[in-house]
Amino acid sequence: MPSLKDLKNRIDSVKSTQKITKAMQMVAAAKLRRAQDAAEAARPYAERMGQVLSSLASVYDGQSDAPVLLGGNGKDQVHLLVVATGERGLAGGFNSSIARLARDHANKLIAAGKTVKFLTVGRKGHDILKRQFAEKIIETVSYREVKNIGFAQASEISQKVQALFAAGEFDVATLFYAKFNSVISQEPQAVQIIPAKIERVEGQGEVSNSAVIYEYEPSEEAIVEDLLPRNISVQVFRAMLENSASFYGAQMSAMDNATRNAGEMIGKLQLSYNRQRQAQITKELIEIISGAEAL
Amino acid sequence: MAEGLKIEIVSPERLLLSQTVESVTVPGTEGYFTVMSDHAPFMTTLRSGFITVTNGASKEVFFVRGGFADISPAGLTILAEESVPFSEFDHADLQTQIKAAEEELARADSPDDKSYAQQFVSGLLNLALEAQQLNEAHIH
Repeated sequence: MPSLKDLKNRIDSVKSTQKITKAMQMVAAAKLRRAQDAAEAARPYAERMGQVLSSLASVYDGQSDAPVLLGGNGKDQVHLLVVATGERGLAGGFNSSIARLARDHANKLIAAGKTVKFLTVGRKGHDILKRQFAEKIIETVSYREVKNIGFAQASEISQKVQALFAAGEFDVATLFYAKFNSVISQEPQAVQIIPAKIERVEGQGEVSNSAVIYEYEPSEEAIVEDLLPRNISVQVFRAMLENSASFYGAQMSAMDNATRNAGEMIGKLQLSYNRQRQAQITKELIEIISGAEAL
Repeated sequence: MAEGLKIEIVSPERLLLSQTVESVTVPGTEGYFTVMSDHAPFMTTLRSGFITVTNGASKEVFFVRGGFADISPAGLTILAEESVPFSEFDHADLQTQIKAAEEELARADSPDDKSYAQQFVSGLLNLALEAQQLNEAHIH
């Protein structure tokens, strides 16, 4: 049975923990709003890019001379998994759920006899994956010092990936990140970036594009070749923004839970503290009374 | 005048401009060109330079680096790798870039490297000149 003093100390310590989690929750909420705004501001670019690319890519439908970034290099042996996670923990299941998706994917590929390589973006993903795939992680990129993730960081990663592809290090690249649905729901996602999976715009887009004859400068092929690497940067950038919104969302709800749990714990401790105090007073009274009776 | 040209300038970080204007001058890889409404469908990559948006007597200038322009019957869309309004354009940064590029040129030894560096430097110098001209002519 802990003494009164012990209980008092524990209550104080849980109270200060609660103060910290509460502060973290509020900071996460403020940062979440900013991350969400950034993700929304980036959306028009990604959308336009998708539209332009899909109308251009249809030219290569069923042709074998498509650029390698679009049509692939014809092989499917070595897979690169680009795993984007957070730089920090204390965000509930955020980092581990992305890592789990990547790990399951990797295990499936290995079982099918493929070679798997990892490129991790964010320190936490590296920490989790190195337990099982330490020798398969070829590079880790961390942006711990960078306050606001910008397009520069995304294109840096995209250039790394493309350099590896050009060097024949892998055949297929897949990007892992958490899609931001809402504060309480973040969904880990896998998106294939090389060869590019291009969504076909059905209906009106096709009609207007086939109806008009475009003029290209310098040439259609040159534009497609300029566009495809850029598309990878855009995909990475979007993943990073979604990730940062998801991270703060996850952290906010995790810290909200922690604050509530701390509150419950304080309640319980306070109750047993009061009981013990009462018991001690009663005991002292009994001693005094029985002492008085004995006289 | 026709109903005007719908223009959108988008950078990865944000949507810079979305409005209907009279004409736009864009730095294409093969030279500056001006787009007005009902332009033939046209697509080109961009080089570093300045986009001038003209609407009546008012002019708005944006710096753009890389990207491409898509002119369709629906209007002009500029997807820039990097784009800022001229007022936010960093002249000092450009000067340091020129300096770095010139040092690179001095270090280059193979003819290929040299011509590439030379091109890069002259591109940047051009940019600085344009920026200066705009600065003088611009209504601040």
